[in-house]
Amino acid sequence: MRLFDSLRSFASNLIHRSKTDREIDEELRSHIEHRADDLERGGLPRPEAERRARIEFGGYQRLKEESREALGSQFGEGLIQDIRFALRRMAKKPGFAIVAVLTLAFAIGANAVVFAVLNAFILRPLNVPQSESLYGLWRLSTNDMAQSYPDYLDLRDRNHSFESLLAYAVNQAALDTGNDPSRAWIDEASGNYFDALGVKPYLGRFFHSSDEHGPNSAPFIVLTYDFWRTHFQGDPSVIGRVVRLNKFPFTIIGVGPPEFHGTLMFFNPDFFVPMVNHQQFDTSDMNNRGDRWVFMTLGHLKAGVTPAQAIADLDSVGASLEKAYPKDDPKMSFKLARPGLYGDYIGRPVRTFMTALMLLAGLILFAACANLGSLFAARASDRSREIALRLALGSSRKRILRGLFAEALLISLAGGAVGLAASMVLLRALSAWQPISRWPLHMSVNPDAKVYAFALLLALASGFLFGAVPVRQVLRTDPYEAVKGGTVETKRGRFGLRISFSDVLLLLQIAICAVLVTSSIVAVRGLANSLHNSFGFELKNTMLVETDLNMAGYLGDKVPPMQKRMIDALTAIPGVDSVGLADQVPLGDAQPDSNVFADTTTDLRPTNAVTDAMMFKVSPEYFQAAGTALVSGRAFTWQENKDKPRVAVVNRLFARKIFGSETKAMGAYFKLPDGARLQVVGIAEDGKYGSLTEDPQPVMFLPILQSPSNSAYLVVRSSRDPEQLTLAIRNTLRNIDAGLPVYIQTRFKALDAFLFGPRMATISLGVLGVMGAMLSVVGIFGMASYSVSKRLREFGIRIALGAQKRELLQAALGRTFRLLAFGSAVGLLMGLAAGKVIAFIVSQATPWDPIVLGGVLLTMLLLGLLAGCVPARRALETDPLALLRED
Amino acid sequence: MTTQAQLLPGTLDLLILRAVSLGPLHGYGVLLRIEQISGGALLIEQGALYPGLFRLLRQGLLKADWGTSENNRKAKFYELTATGQKRLREETESWNRLSTAIASALAPQPEEI
Repeated sequence: MRLFDSLRSFASNLIHRSKTDREIDEELRSHIEHRADDLERGGLPRPEAERRARIEFGGYQRLKEESREALGSQFGEGLIQDIRFALRRMAKKPGFAIVAVLTLAFAIGANAVVFAVLNAFILRPLNVPQSESLYGLWRLSTNDMAQSYPDYLDLRDRNHSFESLLAYAVNQAALDTGNDPSRAWIDEASGNYFDALGVKPYLGRFFHSSDEHGPNSAPFIVLTYDFWRTHFQGDPSVIGRVVRLNKFPFTIIGVGPPEFHGTLMFFNPDFFVPMVNHQQFDTSDMNNRGDRWVFMTLGHLKAGVTPAQAIADLDSVGASLEKAYPKDDPKMSFKLARPGLYGDYIGRPVRTFMTALMLLAGLILFAACANLGSLFAARASDRSREIALRLALGSSRKRILRGLFAEALLISLAGGAVGLAASMVLLRALSAWQPISRWPLHMSVNPDAKVYAFALLLALASGFLFGAVPVRQVLRTDPYEAVKGGTVETKRGRFGLRISFSDVLLLLQIAICAVLVTSSIVAVRGLANSLHNSFGFELKNTMLVETDLNMAGYLGDKVPPMQKRMIDALTAIPGVDSVGLADQVPLGDAQPDSNVFADTTTDLRPTNAVTDAMMFKVSPEYFQAAGTALVSGRAFTWQENKDKPRVAVVNRLFARKIFGSETKAMGAYFKLPDGARLQVVGIAEDGKYGSLTEDPQPVMFLPILQSPSNSAYLVVRSSRDPEQLTLAIRNTLRNIDAGLPVYIQTRFKALDAFLFGPRMATISLGVLGVMGAMLSVVGIFGMASYSVSKRLREFGIRIALGAQKRELLQAALGRTFRLLAFGSAVGLLMGLAAGKVIAFIVSQATPWDPIVLGGVLLTMLLLGLLAGCVPARRALETDPLALLRED
Repeated sequence: MTTQAQLLPGTLDLLILRAVSLGPLHGYGVLLRIEQISGGALLIEQGALYPGLFRLLRQGLLKADWGTSENNRKAKFYELTATGQKRLREETESWNRLSTAIASALAPQPEEI
């Protein structure tokens, strides 16, 4: 209450300052007038009476000042004085102020950035109304959210828990607005999509369930706001315009609101088309209940329905579907998942990593506070004479502490402001950044009020934290010591254990730094390792050319001849060694898979499958072009077409898993769900297919002539310069068909998507590691040079008495280095534990690696030497004569 | 004129409270009343009265209002609040106890004679 009152009088004082002043003046003058009246009555002439009255009153200005203070302006006045005093002190030693502000700016800035990202991805819900009741359907048997279209319709119509169940699929399409077809990312959305989400159009209208009248009945496009701005220059007359999508005419009917980017975070589609037009975008059969191409189904739970009730409801719908379609829907049970980060699939690693990062950033801030705390304590003990003198002269300890806190808070607020400003720049850049050029990935991490509040809170908290360090010291100061003269020693513990508070702070800092250094070295090493991994294909001298024959209008029988023509044309480019074609490539956009059955199995129900294997359909030259080694057997030939017995190349794991061993696998048969018998003619090396962190996967390669696909990736092997080669490839393909959308990149660049997570993790850990290192250098340097400067006299005497350099160094820095060694050991142990979290994101990140352990120790040693060399030199160069003369 | 005594630290507040307890007064009036009730025995620097008055005002022991004085001048009049009255009673009691104790301590003791 007192504080509140003081604050209030401080505030009202600021505003009413002149009014209070006037009133005091008036009252004091009234007193003098009254006195003069009395004196006049006593016989004095008026002017003389007034003069006497003024003299009797006493020192007017001084009394007015005292009156004003008595009236309650103490707190405010004092605070302003404290701030002024703090500013003056900082101006006197700008170096200290700058180092302190920058230290905090880094620490608070790092925290603000991490928090903003955490806020954007995890705390802030999707940008749709009532997003807290929005849930997606997660299928337990397949462990994903995909459904077939007929299943979606049944689930939508037969559940009683969702207000309206909507669905969407992610796809690509060639958009032709009149001249050059370009590839765009689209969401195929169910008719109720926008209505069920409750989103309102920015321009024009959305499509609705009432627009759906069977296959291809709704040729409408709803643009996202961003795509409208970038590709149509925000032109409002775009509504009603007819454009071509995969050569089919579509009408643009509306533009979505600016903040709406679909319901999957990071992944922003360019526009939305009705799902009923699916056949114009994909060859998969809409009405095939076994083909689960619908990416996600989601909806708002009805009011009063709990998630558990909804799951029971969905499971009962699922059970009836299981009964009706045992072949396509063998196991149909559900859980609910948040749609924004695709349930736990992206959500869990993102949450784990961001939480870990937030903790590390918190540690950085803590280390910074420890750092500044010990600097402040050192300064306070330098000022101990002044403080003692002030105490002796009657200043209260409270007042002195308030001055110290004013200084700490001033520094922390300045640091917070600088840090926040820097983090905003970084966040803006992050928001505008498109990390993987081929994918519509965006991170909208623009800071909001929560981020500002967070930064302010951190600044205040850290100010109080490091400001509190010297408190004990001030409270213990004995004014009598100052009067006696000589330096005022703050008393240390009387017992042998002489661990001071500042030692603990330094130890803490070093340990935190060691944790960060360990983590970042683990991450960097893991990333480097994962790049020198065996991928099961060559990264070097390989280009990946992506085309979509579907978008260019090639369907059915026209596809294989076109594919052969492209292969032949590219092979003819000078300098090209070989060209292979695949419907999908390992570590590419998608990894199609299929159940695999033993040759003896006749009932081809999914439950009878031996395994589920990834399936790539490739041309005969693919293995050569991709650099995938065959460990035995042969590749396909161009003669192995639809009329010949079906064959397959499998990887070693597949061979071992299905047939027991690689030798048994050669020449053996297996079955696919459609009943086809395939003979294994070759065995390829194992590799990475779906992600860099995956466990080994069984994989089969099928000849593309025997199971045609119209999606086509061309793998071009050539040692030519990638840029020239890109140009040559583009020209060659344009000569074949100018309307073919083509996307060319090096095989290495195509891995961006897979390296995105590890890279981000490594970069952020690296930045935190460097910051931690900087902090501990400052901390060690500060403490070491402070303790050296305190003991210069002692060193002078030691030198005068003939001390050796080694002894001197040991006296000067021994303690600091013992702290360094101990702190590093503690930090390293903690870092080893943290390595487990990192391994989650960065494959093969293991701290049990001599290079990591050695690297951490070396880094810490270097940091110590770096921080210790200046104070050490100062100690060694002590001139005993100069010192003895001084006192 | 009787001999004037210096004010003991901390006693000014008590005197102000006492003076005001007899009825609303303006600052100069407080001064005159103190002179009157102490029989002119206490010396107060005139201006020093005001920091004291304001301190009591801020502690909520006094309340003040602008009015017109008997001299037809604008002046601020002070009055005791309920807390002020309570405080005055307490302080008076403790002062009496203290002064009795001091007086008896300072009184000539039998063995001194």
